[in-house]
Amino acid sequence: MASREETITRKGDSKGNHYLSVCESFLAKIDSRDPFWVQTLRQDALARFRELGFPTTREEQWKYTNVRAIQEANFEPAPREALPKIKKEEVEKLSTCPLRWHRLVFVNGVYSKEFSRLSDLSGAFHVGTIQDAIRTKPKMLEQYLAQCARYDRNGFAALNTALIQDGTFIYMAEGKEFETPIELVFLTDSERGNVMSQPRNLIVFGRSSRATLIESYFSFSDDPYFTNVVTEVVLGDGAVCDYVRLQREGRKAFHISTTQVEVGRNSVFSSVAVDLGGKLVRNNLTVELTEEGAQCDLNGLYLTSDDQHVDNHTLIEHPKPNGTSRQLYKGILDGASTTVFGGKIWVHQDAQKTDAHQTNKNLLLSEHATVDTKPQLEIFADDVKCTHGAAVGQIDEDSVFYLKSRGLPEAKARQLVSYGFANEVVERIKVPSIRAELNQIVLERCERQGSGKAVAS
Amino acid sequence: MKEARAFIDREYKYGFVTDVEADTAPRGLNEDIIRFISKKKNEPKFMLERRLNAYRRWLQMEEPRWQNVHYPPIDYQDIIYYSAPKPAKDGPKNLEDVDQEILKTYEKLGIPLDEQKRLAGVAVDAVFDSVSVATTFKETLAKAGVIFCPFSEAVEEHQDLVRKYLGSVVPYADNFYATLNSAVFSDGSFCYIPKGVRCPLELSTYFRINTADTGQFERTLIIADEGSYVSYLEGCTAPIRDKNQLHAAVVELIALKGAQIKYSTIQNWYAGDKNGKGGIYNFVTKRGKCVGDHSKISWTQVETGSAITWKYPSVILQGDHTIGEFYSVALTNHYQQADTGTKMIHIGKNTRSTVISKGIAAAHGRNTYRGLIRALPNAAHAKNYTQCDSLLLGDRCSANTFPYIEVKNKTASVEHEASTSKISEDQLFYCKQRGISAENAVSMIVNGFCKEVFKNLPMEFAVEATKLLGVSLEGSVG
Repeated sequence: MASREETITRKGDSKGNHYLSVCESFLAKIDSRDPFWVQTLRQDALARFRELGFPTTREEQWKYTNVRAIQEANFEPAPREALPKIKKEEVEKLSTCPLRWHRLVFVNGVYSKEFSRLSDLSGAFHVGTIQDAIRTKPKMLEQYLAQCARYDRNGFAALNTALIQDGTFIYMAEGKEFETPIELVFLTDSERGNVMSQPRNLIVFGRSSRATLIESYFSFSDDPYFTNVVTEVVLGDGAVCDYVRLQREGRKAFHISTTQVEVGRNSVFSSVAVDLGGKLVRNNLTVELTEEGAQCDLNGLYLTSDDQHVDNHTLIEHPKPNGTSRQLYKGILDGASTTVFGGKIWVHQDAQKTDAHQTNKNLLLSEHATVDTKPQLEIFADDVKCTHGAAVGQIDEDSVFYLKSRGLPEAKARQLVSYGFANEVVERIKVPSIRAELNQIVLERCERQGSGKAVAS
Repeated sequence: MKEARAFIDREYKYGFVTDVEADTAPRGLNEDIIRFISKKKNEPKFMLERRLNAYRRWLQMEEPRWQNVHYPPIDYQDIIYYSAPKPAKDGPKNLEDVDQEILKTYEKLGIPLDEQKRLAGVAVDAVFDSVSVATTFKETLAKAGVIFCPFSEAVEEHQDLVRKYLGSVVPYADNFYATLNSAVFSDGSFCYIPKGVRCPLELSTYFRINTADTGQFERTLIIADEGSYVSYLEGCTAPIRDKNQLHAAVVELIALKGAQIKYSTIQNWYAGDKNGKGGIYNFVTKRGKCVGDHSKISWTQVETGSAITWKYPSVILQGDHTIGEFYSVALTNHYQQADTGTKMIHIGKNTRSTVISKGIAAAHGRNTYRGLIRALPNAAHAKNYTQCDSLLLGDRCSANTFPYIEVKNKTASVEHEASTSKISEDQLFYCKQRGISAENAVSMIVNGFCKEVFKNLPMEFAVEATKLLGVSLEGSVG
C-alpha cells in the first residue's frame, strides 16, 4: 500500500512496450484498402491495450496466474512470407478426423491454403478466413466482429483485436445443418525463435442452424512461443453448437485464449475443452445466455505435470429467465504443476427460474502440485436453483482396494481410477474419432503418471 | 407469497439512548489523541509505543476496496475515538459504583449485570462505548484461577501475558481496520484460562455504543492454556441514529496444547432503518490460532444487525491434529450488506476444519460468503468440509458465494458445496394448510434452515438467536 506510486510506475512498464510497437508497425504496414471500420476497430483496440497493458497478479481475475514471462519474452509475429517447411503428411497425421471434413489449418497464425481443405459449399454457408472476409464480406463481418468479445477490460483481447488479420470466419444461414464437423487447426513451428500468433475466429450460427466445431492447437517444436487467440461464437435462436477444444501446445508454449459465446433463445451451446500441453495456459470462457431458455453445458479436463500451469476461468451470465447452465471441470495434477479454476455464475435480477450448476474436481498425484480453485455464485434473483461444488483430493484408496481385491496390480488399479475420473469429461465429446483418441491419450497419461515417471507430453 | 411480505418492520428494540455524562475525547485522530487515550488508561510505555507504531503505519495504509459492500467514504477525522461514562477514574470496583443509568440500560437490554438476579451462571463484562463498566462473577472465576477482566485492567495487572500474546495472532499491521484498532483501542475483555481448567461459567462480553459519532474500537484477547476449556459469548447493540457509526474491533484467540475455545457472537448492532439510513459499520478482525497440538477453536456467529457486516473469523491451524470450526448465520434485510465468511489455514498435520454458513437475504439485502481454505505443503491429511447455503426472500436481494481453495498437499482433501434457493411454494402451502400463518411458516422454515448453526450456540443464546431472527425478518417475506 505504501507503494502505490511504485505500482503505477511498474504498471507503466508492464504495458508491454514491445507489444505496442509490434502493433504500431503492424498498423503502419497494413493494407490501407481495408474498410474504414476495421481500421478504426484496430486503432481503438490498440488505444485500449495501451491503457490496459497485460494484467498483473494484483487483479482479482489474475491472482493466481502471472503473465510477466510473456511480457518479458518479447515475442515477434512470424514472417508471413516464409512459412516453415512442414510436410503435408505430418500435418495430416496430427488429426485423426476423416479427410473429408472441412479443415482450416493455420501455421504460426497464418492461413495455409496447402494444408487446408475446403470443399465447395452452397451459398447458405460460408467458411473462410477473416482476412478474406474483410475484403469479400465486409458488411456481414461488421455486424458481428468484436461485438461480443469485449476488449475494454481484457488486455489480451485488446492486443488480439488490434492485430486482427488472421483467423476463421464461419457463417451458417437459417435452418442449415453442417453434417460433418469443421476443424480449425492451429500449428506452431517456432524453429526461428520467439514467434507469436494472434488468431481471431468468428463463428455465426443463423436461427435454428447446427454444427460441430473442433478447435485444436499443436506444435512441432519445443521452443517458447506465444498463442493469443480470441474466438467469438454467436448462436441465433434455436441454434445448436457442439464445440471441442483441444490444446496440445508445446511444453514451453504460452497459450492465452478468450472465448466469448452469445447464446440466443432456446439455443444450446455445449463444449468440451481439454488442456494437455503448454507451459502457461490461461483460458477465459464467457458464455452469455442472452435470451430466455438458452442453455450451455461446459466441460473441461486438464492433465498437467512437471512445471505446467493451467488456468481455466469461466463466466456464465444469466440475464434472462429460464436459462440453464452446467459446468464440469476436472483436473489431474502431477509433478510440480499448478492449476487454477475460477468459475463465476452471474444471475441477474430478471433471470428467474435459472437453473445453474457448477462443479470443479481435482485429483492430486504429487507432493508438489498445487490447486487453486474459486467457484463463485453471484445471484440477484430469488426464484433460482443454483449450486456449485469444488473438491480437491487424492485417489480414493477404497476404489484402488476394490480393484486390487479383484486381482489387478496396484499400478493398474491406480491408472484405472484416474482414468475413470477423467473419463467423465471425455465421454461427453460427441465426435467419436476424437473421443477415442482422447481416451487413448488419457489412458497413457494415467499410466505414466501412476508410475511416477516424468511425462513428456 | 404476498402473505409472507406482511412479516416486516418491527422497530429495532434496543434503539434508545442512555443519558449519562460522558468523558469524551475531541473529534479526530492524531498522535495527541492516542497519547490521551493511553494516559487515560494509565498504560505502561510499551503500550503507547505500540499504539503510535500502529498509528504511523495506519497513516501509510490505504482503505481496502475489494469487498463486496458499498458505503460512502468514512471521514476518520469526524469520529470520536474515546468516550467513557463519567465518573470513570479507576473504573468501578463493584456494582454499587456503576452509574444507575447504565445499569438500567443493561437491564433494558436484558443483560444480567446484577449478580443477585443471577441468570444461568453467565459472567458478563459490559463495555459501554469505550470502557468496560462492570464485570460480574469475578470472584467465582478467581477461585478457579480464571482471569476475566477489562482489557485496561489486564494491561496493568497482567502485563506479561498481554505483552506476550497481544498482536501475536493479529499483528498490528495486519489490515487497515486492525491497525486503526491497534492505535486507538480503548477497552475490551481479557481472559486467561490456566492449565487444565475448565472454565466454570460461560464468559460473556456485552458491547454497547451509546454516544453519538463515536467509533467503538475494542480489543478482546483470550488465552486458553494447555488442556483448558472456555466458552465465550459476545453480544452487541447500539441506539438508533441517522449517522453511520464505525465499529472496528479486534479479537484474538490463542489455544495452547489440547485447549478448546468456543466463541459465539450474536451481533445485533443497529442496522439502519427501512431505507438504509444510519446503522453500524461492523468491520471486525477476528482470528484464532491453534498453537498447540490437539487444540480446537470454534466460531459461531449470528449476524442480524449492522448496516454493513464485514468480517472473517479465521483459524490458523498451526499445531498437529488441531480443529477449526466456523458456523455462521448472516441475515441481511432492508438495505443491509454483509460480506462475511472465514479463513482456515491448515499448517499442521492431520488438521481438520468445518465451515457451515447460512446466508439469508431479504428486501434489498446483499449477502456474500467469502472464504479461504488453504492447505500448506506440510498439512498432510488436512481435511476440510465447507457448506454454504443461501436463502433468498424477495426479488431485490442478492446472494453471492466466493470461496477460495488453495491446496498444496496431495493428501489434503477439501470439499466445498454451495447452493442458493428460495422457500418453495410447496413448503409454504404445506404449513398453511395446517393452519400456520404464512408469517410463522416462513419463520419456522428459516429457523429450520439455520438449525445446524444454532445448535452450536449455548442454550440461552440459541433461544435469543431464534427470536432475533424472527424479529429481524419481520415484514421481509413475500
